Amino acid sequence: MAQEKIVRIANGQGFWGDSLMAPIRLIEDGPIDYLTLDYLAEITMSVLQKQRQRKPESGYATDFIDLLKIIMPQCQQKGIKILCNAGGVNPRACVDAIKSTLQEMGMSGIKIAMADGDDLLPQIHELIDGGEPFTNLDNGGSISEIRDRITSANAYTGAEPLVEALKQGADIIVTGRTADPSLVLAPLMYEFGWAEDDYDKKAAGTIIGHLLECGAQSTGGNFTDWRDVPDFAHIGYPIAEVSADGSFVLTKHEGSGGLVNEDTVASQLLYELGDPENFLSPDCTSDFTSIQLEQVGENRVRASGIKGRAPTDSYKVSMSFANGYRVLGQLTFTGPDAVAKAELGAEIIFERCAMYGKPIPEDKRFVEVFGNAACYKGAIADPVQPSEVLLRVGAKSHDREQLEILGREIAPLVTAGPIGVTGYAGSRARPTEIIGYWPTLVKKSKVTTRYIVEEI
Amino acid sequence: MALVKLFDIAIARSGDKGNNSNIGVRARSPELYEFLKKELTEERVKKHFEKICFGKVTRYELPNLRAFNFIMEQSLGGGGTETLLTDAQGKVHGLALLHMEMDVPDALLV
Repeated sequence: MAQEKIVRIANGQGFWGDSLMAPIRLIEDGPIDYLTLDYLAEITMSVLQKQRQRKPESGYATDFIDLLKIIMPQCQQKGIKILCNAGGVNPRACVDAIKSTLQEMGMSGIKIAMADGDDLLPQIHELIDGGEPFTNLDNGGSISEIRDRITSANAYTGAEPLVEALKQGADIIVTGRTADPSLVLAPLMYEFGWAEDDYDKKAAGTIIGHLLECGAQSTGGNFTDWRDVPDFAHIGYPIAEVSADGSFVLTKHEGSGGLVNEDTVASQLLYELGDPENFLSPDCTSDFTSIQLEQVGENRVRASGIKGRAPTDSYKVSMSFANGYRVLGQLTFTGPDAVAKAELGAEIIFERCAMYGKPIPEDKRFVEVFGNAACYKGAIADPVQPSEVLLRVGAKSHDREQLEILGREIAPLVTAGPIGVTGYAGSRARPTEIIGYWPTLVKKSKVTTRYIVEEI
Repeated sequence: MALVKLFDIAIARSGDKGNNSNIGVRARSPELYEFLKKELTEERVKKHFEKICFGKVTRYELPNLRAFNFIMEQSLGGGGTETLLTDAQGKVHGLALLHMEMDVPDALLV
């Protein structure tokens, strides 16, 4: 009897800045067929747009080029295909950089695909004038509030163009804001020939993507029972061994650190989850209440039974906009009475700001007494009086000058405040621009995705 | 009955979506899931986070994973890209929840 076909997918990058060791070890330490890399977070697209405005050939995740230099020879030798969203807001420039880098390395016979069409910024005003509402999904706000301040707008596009690129033999696929799980779903649809309307299987592929996209968070990272997790330094990144019916085993390479059990996998299933029965992605609607988990071996958890439904007729859109400024400074206060002195310190600073004729409204002030259960505010009993705390003090405003005054009035507390003020490290706190986040939707019919395959 | 912290009967993970955080809570046994279904209500979670969460708390059930998903609206000081909070993305909201104290029947504690 022919052996059952298994496709092994691993994700080696959970965010831009994740450990370089992860993808390198995934490739070296055991078999995988596909490597996905996720570089883009909500804020990243806006940062990349800014870079591109300053320098037209930038606007993508440059880390990917450095990584390719290290891993591409082995990937070619082992036939590992790479899918990543490193293209950011400029996939064209990213692909050009990949081609020239690989050519400089003397490599050839590699097909590189670029998938884009997600960037809505060039036609955003046309879309708004054409009647797309772009209502804020979180607070119901109207796009007219921000339309003159939009700095990026990207649709989370789906797996389909990537499947087509794989059919044409792509070895590396570079996308813009393709939805994270679609990077994982695409190779599974391609390998197993899953139909466009086979929503149970597409949901399975999407949920695999969800499990893989935050790297080691499904293999023991950020896990409640952290003492049970061996060898964090060599933690293995997740690998899904997927069967044609969409069931899969989540595991990690043998010999790596970390832990895969029903608890670590369930924890990651719950991460950044909304309504579990209606997990929306461009490819399908997935039902997280249908997943059955079963430990089938050491560091091996099988998932099956996943159900899905047709997707909606919209893409989610991540927009960013200029939303004024913020400033944040810090000072250390030592005891006795560290907390009381820090709270007084903040009061003094805000009173000084008012003395310049630039009072900061209370709802725009920020005060955090770090060391006094700042992250657990009200959720745990008051801690023992700490011997030292960090005052983090700042504000948000559309008036930059107001914030400059605040930044200037932090250091004087060292000499003009209560005793025990220290730790004024570094330079004066300066206002920085706030990038506002505007989650919204766009009709799929308004977005044209495309792909191109090129060969070196 | 024994007064325990949620740590003893559940695990948790939290993260962000805009200005909302979510906390996934998984009971350590099927019996504890049934117990928490009665005890770990939206009201109780909202009260626990009254100085962190300024909006609505919604609970979803995932019996297949012995788990609940709590959405906590307006709990991140403006959200990941705007907030000045140290815990900008609600990364430790899950741990904050596990500090909750609860009376649990002895038979459910193993």
